[in-house]
This record gives sequence, C-alpha cells and structure tokens, in this order.
Amino acid sequence: MTRPIAAMLAVLAIALPATAEDTPKSGGTLTYMIPADAPPSLDGHRETTFATVHSAAPFYSVLIRVDPNNPASTTDFVCDLCTAMPKPTDDGKTYTFKIRSGVKFHDGSPLTAADVAASWNAIIHPPEGVTSARESYFVMVDKVEAPDPSTVIFRLKFATNAFMPALADPFAWIYKKEILDKDPHWYEKNILGSGPFKFAGLEIGQSMKGVRNPDYYIEGLPYLDGFTGIYAEKQAVRVEAIRADRAAMEFRGMPPASRDQLVKELGDKIPVQESDWNCVNLVTPNHKKKPFDDVRVRRALTLAIDNWRGAPALAKIANVHTVGGIVFPGSPLAATKEELQAIAGFWPDIDKSRAEAKRLLKEAGAEGLKFELMNRNVDQPYKYVATWLIDEWSKIGLHVTQRVLPTGPFFEGLRNDNFDVTIDFNCQAVVNPLLDVGKFLPHSVYTENYGNYDDQKEIDLYQQMLHETDFTKQRALMREFEKYVLDNEAHMFMTPWWYRIIPYRSYVKGWKISPSHYLNQDLATVWLDK
Amino acid sequence: MYRYIIKRLLLVIPTLVGAAALVFLLMRLIPGDICVVRLGSGGGTFDERAVQACHAQLGLDRPMFLQFVDFVWGFFRGDFGTSMWSGKPVLYEIAARFPISLEIAIMAVVVANLIAIPLGTLSALKQNSPIDLVIRVISIAGLATPSFWLGILFILAILNVSQAAFGSPWMPPIDYVPIWKDPLRNLSMVIFPALTVGYRTSAVTMRMTRSAMLEVLREDYIRTARAKGLVEHIIINRHALKNALLPVVTLIGIEAAFLIGGLVVTEQVFNLNGIGRLFVQSVQNQDYTMTQALVMLVVAAFVLTNTVVDLIYAWLDPRIRYG
Repeated sequence: MTRPIAAMLAVLAIALPATAEDTPKSGGTLTYMIPADAPPSLDGHRETTFATVHSAAPFYSVLIRVDPNNPASTTDFVCDLCTAMPKPTDDGKTYTFKIRSGVKFHDGSPLTAADVAASWNAIIHPPEGVTSARESYFVMVDKVEAPDPSTVIFRLKFATNAFMPALADPFAWIYKKEILDKDPHWYEKNILGSGPFKFAGLEIGQSMKGVRNPDYYIEGLPYLDGFTGIYAEKQAVRVEAIRADRAAMEFRGMPPASRDQLVKELGDKIPVQESDWNCVNLVTPNHKKKPFDDVRVRRALTLAIDNWRGAPALAKIANVHTVGGIVFPGSPLAATKEELQAIAGFWPDIDKSRAEAKRLLKEAGAEGLKFELMNRNVDQPYKYVATWLIDEWSKIGLHVTQRVLPTGPFFEGLRNDNFDVTIDFNCQAVVNPLLDVGKFLPHSVYTENYGNYDDQKEIDLYQQMLHETDFTKQRALMREFEKYVLDNEAHMFMTPWWYRIIPYRSYVKGWKISPSHYLNQDLATVWLDK
Repeated sequence: MYRYIIKRLLLVIPTLVGAAALVFLLMRLIPGDICVVRLGSGGGTFDERAVQACHAQLGLDRPMFLQFVDFVWGFFRGDFGTSMWSGKPVLYEIAARFPISLEIAIMAVVVANLIAIPLGTLSALKQNSPIDLVIRVISIAGLATPSFWLGILFILAILNVSQAAFGSPWMPPIDYVPIWKDPLRNLSMVIFPALTVGYRTSAVTMRMTRSAMLEVLREDYIRTARAKGLVEHIIINRHALKNALLPVVTLIGIEAAFLIGGLVVTEQVFNLNGIGRLFVQSVQNQDYTMTQALVMLVVAAFVLTNTVVDLIYAWLDPRIRYG
C-alpha cells in the first residue's frame, strides 16, 4: 500500500522516541483509569464502546492489527496470530493466513485456525439472536474457511482495499470455537482469550484486573506482571488520580485544560503524547424539513463556517485540532489543504464565503432564518463545537438555538427525525477511509445517516470507489465523492477533527499513541521504569 | 401495640405496588433505546440488524403489557431479572454496590448526629447568645453548601496540603476495599464522603433539634421540674431532650433512607461504586430493569424506614399507639 510522506507527516502523533537507555524492564502493575462506569458487556464482537476494549483487550489476540511499534501509521498492519501478511490471490478476492503454532488459550487448550474462522464467522455472519456490531464492515466477505488447523482463508465477493484495514479491527477478538458453538453469548459475561494477560478479576463497576500470561506466544512479552483498570466516569476524578499517582494514565484522551493542569503541577513527571483522532463532529441538516431541503440553504450553512480560524481557537479549550475533509487527515486518501480549499466550508477567504452564503440565503428566501441545533449532552467537544457553530452562523444573520439532550433522547431525536439541524459524529477505530466515509451515504444504505436524503448518484460514486483497487484512481474518486457530499449537495458538513491528548506518568514506557482510543490496547509492550 | 405494628406493615404493600406500576410506566416515557445507546454512543458503525437482535435478546420486542406482567410477577417473587446493560442479575449488581452505600450512609448518619444533637441542644440552651449565633451559622452554611461541592473542595484541599507538606500529592484510594479486608484503606476512602455528607445532613438535624428543644423547654412540665428542684442535666437529658427528639428521629429516618440511594453526585466525586452512581448509569443507559429495581429499592427503603420511625415514635410517645 502506498504511503506518501505527506500523509505520514500529516499524522500529528508526537510519540516520544525510545532512547538507548530505555531498555524494557519486566515487572510491576500498571494502574490506569477507564473513563466509563463499566462496559456493557465483555464481548468485543457485540460492543462498540472503548470501555469494553480498555477493559478486556489485554486478554485477547487478534488475527492482524495496527503495528504496536508504529500505531500512528494509518497503513501499517502486522500479524498477531498469523505468521505473515498474505498477498491476495484470485484477483484480490482470496486471502490465505497461516496461523502461529503453539498458541494456547488461557485454559491451556491450543488455539487453531478453527477458532479463528469461528470467531470471524461470528462477526461476519452472526447466528440468529447474536449481536455483531460490525457485520456491515464486511459486506465484501463471502466466506471464511479453515481447511486445516493452521490455515484460514477469507474469500471475498469483490476485491477492495477496504478489507485489510477492516480485518485489523481491535474488537475482533479470537474466541474459542468450542465455547461459541455451545453458547454464543458466553463471552458477554466471561473472558477466555490467548492474549498477553490472563483475567484475574472484575470488581463490578470498580476495576478490572489482569495478570501476566506466562505462555504468551511472543517471547519476552508482556513486560508487566499485571494491570488494574479503574472505572471512573468523572474527568475530575481521573485527573486527580493521575496527579496523586493513584493511577498512571488513561487511554481515551483529556481536554487541553486537564493536560495543562497536570503538566503545571507535576512538570516533567507528566509527559504527554498527542495525535489527531479518528473522530469528528459533523453537522447534519434534516433534509425532510424546510428550508433544509433546499441545497442553497445547506450550502449557506457550511459557507458560514470558518474552519481555518476556528480550529486553532477551539484547540485551546476543546479536544479538536485539525481541519480536514471527510477522510481522517493522516490518511493517504485525505484531501490536501489546497484540495480542501476548493470545497464550500473551507474557502480561504471567509468574507467571500460568507457573502456567498448570504446571497444563497436571500435567493432561497431564508434570510434571518431561525432554527434549532440539536446536540448531545457531552462536554468535550460537542458543546464547544456547537457553541462555536452558532456564533459562526450568527455572522450571516441566522438565529440558532441549541437543544442539548442526554444520549438516549439524542439518539431518539436522530432516529425519529425530530430535529432541524443536528450535531452528529463519526468515530472509528482503524483508519479505513473507504468504510469510514459510509457515514455520508443515505440512510437507505447506511442506517446511521440521519440526514433523511436519498441520492443514487452519491451511492453509485461510493460503490465505484469501494470497488476500485488502484490507489490513484481511488483517491481521485474520493475527491469527487467529497466535493459532491460537502459542496455540491452539502448533505453534511465538517467541523475540526478531534485531538487525542494523553498525559501520563513518566515511569510508563512502551506505549505509543494511535489515532484511535480503540487501538493498541493489549498492553503487551508497556513497561514500568520504577 | 401489636395491632398498630400489623396495621403499619400492611400499609407497606399497596404503597410498593403503586410505586412499581408508576416506575414501570415512567421509564417507558423517557425517549431513547438502550440498544441504540449501547451500540451507537461510541460513534462507530453499527448494524441495524444488531439493534433488532439486541431488542430480541432483551425482550424489548414483546408487548409492553407482557413486560409489565413479568416485572410485577418478578417483583413479588423478589426477582428483578437481569440488567439490560450488563446482562448480570439485577440483585447481583445491586448487592455489589449496596455495602459501600450502606457504609457511607451509616457513617454519615453517625457523623451527622454526633454534630447535630449536641450542637442543636446547646444552641437552644444558649438561645441568642454568641454560641447560638456561631452554631446557627454552621448549620445554615451546611444547608447552603452542596455536599458534592464540599467533596471537591475536600479532595483539592487534601491534594494541595499533602503536596505542600510532603512534596507529592496524596488523595484517598479510588478503588474500594471492604472494611473487613483492609479497615485502614477502607476508612481512608469512606471517611471523607461520610464527613461531606454528614455535615450536610447534620445541618438539617441541628436546626430541627434546636427548634424542638426550644419548644419543649417552654413546656409546663419543664418549668415544674425546675420548680421542684431537679438537677439541670436531668431536666435536659431525661425530660427535655427525649421529648424534643421525636421530630428529630423522623427526620433522621428520612435522611438515612435518602442517603442509601441519594448520594448520586458525592459518589461520583469520590469515585465510589455505590447505589447512587449505579442509579445515574442505569438511567443514562436506559436500563429499564435496573432502574425499576433501584427505584423500588429506594421506595422500599423509604417505606420501611418510615414504618420503623412510626414504630419508634409509638414507643417514644404512648399517645400515638393508643390513639
């Protein structure tokens, strides 16, 4: 896969380089905070929350994953349970993986290709009554087979570049076939994996504990004797816990103010790693409601937003940072600054942009329009972004109020079309632009699009892009798709991409930030310099 | 007395049934869907079929009437079902959190009464003196200060003072250990929330003790006791305080019941995995079964506490049980 240098530079990960004297030491227990009350269940196949990953990822192996030594890269995938990354055959439609020998589940039983195939079949083709949250990621997969104990074959319906990144999904834990066959719900409440740590205890709503797996298949790993993850939803508790060294870190991300507070109080005892985050707040007008059915009004809304000046200002107070299009800014498929500046909402001259917005509103008879912006009751960065947007829209004479709802009623509002314009969000794990931009497709294709529009041209463009395997052509198609969605039709608009800030105790070594809080969480390479 | 007790206990049943019906219906009126919250709140992709499978698994695709019948039938059998969020039995989830809430509630009540009754009595005895004024300021400050805010101040003060004194900040542990496993660690964790909540509770009780004492001290029988030359501490402790405590006991009962499930924010500030925090989570997550069970637990705590208070009342004042 091509990896342009520009794309690599665009990833703003500031992973601290290891020095020569940073020789890993074994031993110790890492205590970290999990910014949630508790995971809904322990089953990665079923859940979508980081609370499940941060609790249970260290217990499991996956087939392939982002490179733990270079997780900031959006294109580096390496084997975990397989022995070598395969070259596709059959015109890109068949991928054959050889599985490591000698891998054992924590109960001592051997892990074979049958377990890998059974786990993937549960994800891609879940049996009746079983929830698989990411079934739709794998529309390209026809079947998964295990012809012998060391071989797993994925047969695709069509060749696509989206397949390998999808396969590196951090929730795709390998379960034991025998258990899945007996009770497909067993993993919701129980843990049995083959990862670097063995389950040592779950204090419900309090903490998760793991101990070193002495039979781990990667020699010398993990370094830690164990870990304790403490659940704490309140940010103040987590910051205080790190300050008082009750915990060494958290893995989701803190706002700039918390980072600054910790650094001010603890100085060089608190290094910080930062990265662009594969999450973004979007603005979705409800096309069913007038006047948002009029493309001129939608374009006016996006033309009023000054992303270029807004991003650096917001970055001082909120978890946002980088201006980008529909693709994660660090990806080779992302738009360059010049390409972005040709799209409504990213014009370099904001005065010209707002003048055009006013002209469009006048033409559409929507001058001085009043409407409500629905938002989710989450501080970072939702409320900051929404407040900024309302101010931006006031500059073209719009009168916007904000309706903030708790998560449940917020989703109810989205699904029942009970909004004028809403803050929406797209937060993905592995950077996989071809699947990630699915969010912009009409609801008939992508159920979590709440714009209430149908657009066959957009769907056709997307399908063409999904099936294209030549990178250059695919990138051109992505630009066409992006321009069409954000500008020509203005179905949805962008706000600055989120920014991940991880302050941590300086004795924690071997952990590197990635563009997602779901990735690189098995803790195998983490060690303590105490 | 026995007839009175039986009458009071029988009244508990219709109260609980009414509350059960109300909470079931109110929960369904809150907009939202636990499956969508679970699958969608992370922001990642999820499949509509996953939502449907989740509904089927949780029984949410069944008619509401059947769900209600299940709930009421389970309630009478003491079976609240399984949490829709975690899939674990509701009673197991509650039992895991109940000890910490109970421990803090008990400690807070003890702290509150140790502060409130002596100070409230002293305030009444020294009415309008500088001592009374100081005590009234203490109690009004307690009423005006939200306990969670006080909790935050406590933690910040501990962090800053320890940093200034020892060079590195210290705070109470954030992962709970039962008192029987490690008493010192347990107490260092729960003492601060207990003080925080206890102070707030003491303010209410202090005011009540003071006003009740002032009323009793003006009664004829107190004047008679003084006239016949009884020692002052006997008049205060045996004759005045015992009678003044009647409304105070009622208040303590109500406050104690509230503390079991009402420490919502304090538990979050101190990262205590108690019933209050579970309550917030289950409402946020739209976990019907858990919320229903918790509401019923709080209702039952209130009803039972009030029943016990009524019985104590009857014991303290014979006119009530014979009335």
